[in-house]
Amino acid sequence: MDMRDAAGRWDALGSRDSSSRHAAMELLHQEVMKRIETMGPIPQSSSPPAMDDSLSSDLNALLAHVLMLSKRCPYEDIRKKCICLLQKVQDVGVRIPRPVGNGPSRFIPEKEILQVSKLDERIQSIFEDAFAVLGRLDNISLVMGFHPQYLENFLKTQHYLLLMDGPLSLHCRHYIGIMAAARHQCTYLVNLHVNDFLQVGGDPKWLNGLEEAPQKLQALGELNKILAHRPWLLTKEHIERLLKAEEHSWSLAELIHVVVLLTLYHSLASFTFGCGINPDIHTDGGHTFRPPSLSGYCVCDIANGNGVLEEMFGNQQVSELSGEVEVLMEKMKQLQESHDEEEASQEEMATRFEREKTESMLVVTSEDEECVPSRDVSRHFEDPSYGYKDFYRRGEQVPTLRVQDYNWEDHGFSLVNRLYPDFGQLLDEKFQIAYNLTYNTMATHHGVDTSMLRRAIWNYTHCMFGIRYDDYDYGEINQLLDRGFKVYIKTMVRTPEKITKRMYDSFWRQFKHSEKVHVNLLLMEARMQAELLYALRAITRYMT
Amino acid sequence: MEKMTRVSSTISGCTMFCHLDAPANAISVCRDATQVVVAGRNIFKIYGLEEDAFVERLNLRVGRKPSLNFSCADVMWHQMEENLLATAATNGAVVTWNLARPCRNKQEQLFTEHKRTVNKVCFHPTEVNMLLSGSQDGFMKCFDLRKKESVSTFSGQSESVRDVQFSIKDYFTFAASFENGNVQLWDIRRPDRYERMFTAHTGPVFCCDWHPDDRGWLATGGRDKMVKVWDMSTNRVKEIYCVQTIASVARVKWRPERRYHLATCSMMVDHNIYVWDVRRPFIPFATFEEHRDVTTGIVWRHQHDPYFLLSGSKDSTLYQHMFKDASRPVDRANPEGLCFGLLGDLAFAAKESLMSAPQSVGDVGRKTYPGGDRRYPIFFFKKPDVTEQFAQVSSALSVFESEAGSGVGMDWFINTAQSYLLSGKPFVELCEHNAQVAKRLNRPQESTTWTMLRIMFSEPANPSLSSNHNLNKSGNLPLVNSFSMKEMSAALNERNKENRQDNLHSLETNLNNNDENEETEGSEGQAEYLFGDAELDDDDLYSMEHENQAAEEPEYLLPQEAFPLRHEIMDHPSAPEPVQEKPESPHVSGSEAESTCLTPMESFSLISVSQLLFSPHLPPKFFCPIVKEMLCYYAEQGDVQMAVSVLIVLGDRIRKEIDELTQEHWYMSYIDLLQRFELWNVSNEVIKLSTCGPIMCLNQASTTLHINCSNCKRPMSNRGWICDRCHQCASVCAVCHHVVKGLFVWCQGCSHGGHLEHMMEWLKQSRHCPAGCGHLCEYT
Repeated sequence: MDMRDAAGRWDALGSRDSSSRHAAMELLHQEVMKRIETMGPIPQSSSPPAMDDSLSSDLNALLAHVLMLSKRCPYEDIRKKCICLLQKVQDVGVRIPRPVGNGPSRFIPEKEILQVSKLDERIQSIFEDAFAVLGRLDNISLVMGFHPQYLENFLKTQHYLLLMDGPLSLHCRHYIGIMAAARHQCTYLVNLHVNDFLQVGGDPKWLNGLEEAPQKLQALGELNKILAHRPWLLTKEHIERLLKAEEHSWSLAELIHVVVLLTLYHSLASFTFGCGINPDIHTDGGHTFRPPSLSGYCVCDIANGNGVLEEMFGNQQVSELSGEVEVLMEKMKQLQESHDEEEASQEEMATRFEREKTESMLVVTSEDEECVPSRDVSRHFEDPSYGYKDFYRRGEQVPTLRVQDYNWEDHGFSLVNRLYPDFGQLLDEKFQIAYNLTYNTMATHHGVDTSMLRRAIWNYTHCMFGIRYDDYDYGEINQLLDRGFKVYIKTMVRTPEKITKRMYDSFWRQFKHSEKVHVNLLLMEARMQAELLYALRAITRYMT
Repeated sequence: MEKMTRVSSTISGCTMFCHLDAPANAISVCRDATQVVVAGRNIFKIYGLEEDAFVERLNLRVGRKPSLNFSCADVMWHQMEENLLATAATNGAVVTWNLARPCRNKQEQLFTEHKRTVNKVCFHPTEVNMLLSGSQDGFMKCFDLRKKESVSTFSGQSESVRDVQFSIKDYFTFAASFENGNVQLWDIRRPDRYERMFTAHTGPVFCCDWHPDDRGWLATGGRDKMVKVWDMSTNRVKEIYCVQTIASVARVKWRPERRYHLATCSMMVDHNIYVWDVRRPFIPFATFEEHRDVTTGIVWRHQHDPYFLLSGSKDSTLYQHMFKDASRPVDRANPEGLCFGLLGDLAFAAKESLMSAPQSVGDVGRKTYPGGDRRYPIFFFKKPDVTEQFAQVSSALSVFESEAGSGVGMDWFINTAQSYLLSGKPFVELCEHNAQVAKRLNRPQESTTWTMLRIMFSEPANPSLSSNHNLNKSGNLPLVNSFSMKEMSAALNERNKENRQDNLHSLETNLNNNDENEETEGSEGQAEYLFGDAELDDDDLYSMEHENQAAEEPEYLLPQEAFPLRHEIMDHPSAPEPVQEKPESPHVSGSEAESTCLTPMESFSLISVSQLLFSPHLPPKFFCPIVKEMLCYYAEQGDVQMAVSVLIVLGDRIRKEIDELTQEHWYMSYIDLLQRFELWNVSNEVIKLSTCGPIMCLNQASTTLHINCSNCKRPMSNRGWICDRCHQCASVCAVCHHVVKGLFVWCQGCSHGGHLEHMMEWLKQSRHCPAGCGHLCEYT
């Protein structure tokens, strides 16, 4: 209630016009002060939860938001004012929050991620746009800020998908996002969208679990499950069941929207885990009212392997492994040169693909620790046991999809654009930007043609989904991607929730963080396209 | 013509098909039209074309484990050398096959120069040994079959090549179409640079085809669902025809011997093959509907025979289509058109055969315009083109004109739309104003409605009156109530008729009324009391009366016509009033006060009775059902203007009573009407004032204004004030040299400008442009 109209006022904070920003800031200032006054004098000794009740939690939420603004707002003036405001509040004697964790990502040191204050102009303007639209700058965007070209397109797509004209109602879109993110127990995305879901007037009851949602949405559970883990099993019968369910049936246009949302959020969950995104400052778990402890490390930091020892250990290894990049570059060069001479037989090519595919099924991630899904997330999907485990133990074979028979450019695009006008175009651009993004650098080397490496990563990801490119020699993958990296890719695409900082650190040690984020972007888009292809193929089959 | 007869004598057959073992990707025929080759991922066979069946002649897919070289994306049979074929493999190989080889494996040469899938191969139409290929890697390669490797490589400098085609007439030219929407023309002798490039489609161009006879024509088909025909013979490539299909276009092939015909098939969703006459882009000339999955390859069986079409499909069938068996959508189309003119005219075009029926009696005011009436220049009579095979339909156009001066004229609509006030004043004033407007336009019913609304919904003036009113409640309530309800609808219906007759009709009612009147007369003192209150709104009641008479009648006549008039008052405008009247009677009683001298007492005493019939606390809500009914009535009558205007003026008072969809429907109709009359301002106001979500959205759409930088003329990004490319502020005020954020005014002559206030100030003092360009600017 209060929070909601407050949100209205915060919108103006994102305005490009400095005077309206100031006015909004002024309002915010008054609001905070008013709250503090109404709470009355603060008993010095009482512990924070003692003054419980809605008033104080309201104030705390407000303060958390101010804290977020002081760190994340793209406008210098607002940041400064928020810091002042917090200081003032503290002087009055109210406990103020402080951010938990180190910046947007657990894996990447905060100073590496472009500081909002010293950005180049382009990112600044993208951030300003995002801030104006959403009233916040989430950590995902900050991390993607390494690659402004992609980020711009990503935000555009997301905006279109979540807010613009489309067949689904706004709250449904967020709910489907929540469903998809919950499949991978991605707390970050779930929290983000639970807030949005409530803000656009979603029924809070639905959040108690899929059983509470309307039957129409419940029917998506199956699709969500299959798409997330074994998209190749999707058949036209699944589609038919969704489209012909009497009063609970979906329309084709709605279904396309659903499918795009699901695949986007599955892959975004991969990205979130792959980059170790921290909770946003203003959401639960993003800030704390506790004073900083002496050790300087939160429990969660340690649990996530953020300890000092780890750091040192890592450094040692780096020195040992120097030259890794050079080796990789040498291999790429060799491959390029030898391409014409040593021509593998067709049979050999086919075997290579099959080998990669099978192998990608078999490797079990080394970490076998059972991560217990936190309760509030797991309720969004029934049958949490359904995952990869089941079938690679059974030795199930993934059927092969020849990309020449069904691909995005020729088939997928037409279908999406037909049923969800203009969106095909946006997705098309997004895939292309992700696939073609390059700065021609590798670690410290410049002027390198990385297309081969990017193609290997892309095709390996697709290979895991059984998608085969006839014109690709899968032997290249073995040459270019070492075992550790492959394990990382597999984990990231299949079971992103199991990614740890050690895994993130252990691949491509010499590469820059921005390059690792680039890899994560590639993986995310490749995964999304793979899932999308299977879903669209099923829909096409249903239609013909 | 000679050729034609020869061809038709050698080729014969019927519509037939055969099952393939696997989906086909492409097909091609040999020159003498007796054999066809089918290629796909898992199939590579040659079929003979017999009289009534396909006969498998040869399976080229040999070996225990066929390699990927057999997985074909495209195939082409040489048009001069009948033993020579070429295929494009999905793994990037280009393979040639020689059927004359004695062994089972007919593979002759293998070129593995392309790194990605090869999408297309093409033999030179006249040169035996020249083969061209286009690949996903963005390169085109030209092979000389006598050599082991390519003789030249053409780089498209962009993404993948989707199609390559040698020009049939120009020896050295070929066209290539690309995934990014471009088409390039190359000279085979110049591998360094394309001769020409133009953007043909948005999104990939999947196919292109040169016209077999006309050397300048190239047809292209793309993912954007269009087929375009380009004229390349001029300096600038010109789009001459464009056909919009319903799905992305996978293949396009000109029909032999028919200059304007081409066949297309689509890549997704749509399985049919269409033959279009490019001059008639809206409806296919012929359709073949046999396939059950997407058609992947189409080819005309013989290059001089327009009657046989072969096609292969993903559904694993190979078809020969006979043109005579095609379905002709045009036969099923209704060449009829109907359109309403703005001013109530109605135009109707239909087949002449239908129109020649004798005119029925009801056809008053109908004018028929047989072909080519001068007054309607849009109607033209098209000379039948001998080359055009399209079904000729001659239609007759009839125009039903509304007679000038009849009620159908729409001036009132425009006037009303412009003069109504919908917001910006208190409710009462809005109603009054609108009532005046309606009155001025001689629309008494509307005027009265507004007055009534005002009375019904304005705030109760003096609740203390209630006790007095209650005195008079007596037994009248049910009677008058039912009477007026009934009367209202009757009144509304008969509104447009002259009232004189009505008087007779309602004689009975009058009797009734008289009774009532008598009753009320007893309560004269009461009425008196009311008079005391009455000082407001004399005008209104005045106007009410005024419109009750014929409009021209001067008021002073009232006393004389008292009796006839009285009935009018009761029957029509005021009839609904008693029911809806709230005890804030001052209005009515005010009129009484004024009219005591003018009108016989009884007629008003009825009103005063009726107003007393209800408790003073009647909430305005009480009237909502009636008002709702009234709005629906107006909308039904076609006067959606009234419905919407009332809806807006009443706002929250009535909105909840009417369901959203109906409201939206009314708004849409009214806005549509306004826009057709080009009343943009009014329509915008209506949109702004509407409370329906979907309507308000109308104003939010396409609000983006794209601007170019004033320095470098490039489009500005969303950055706002600074141009990306030249890093200068785009819109600088010529006076203060700061960026203008907000109103920017500029001179139409020299295009300099700046802040509105700065410019105003400057031009007060000087006549020259502040930028110093010497232009004499003017600010008006």
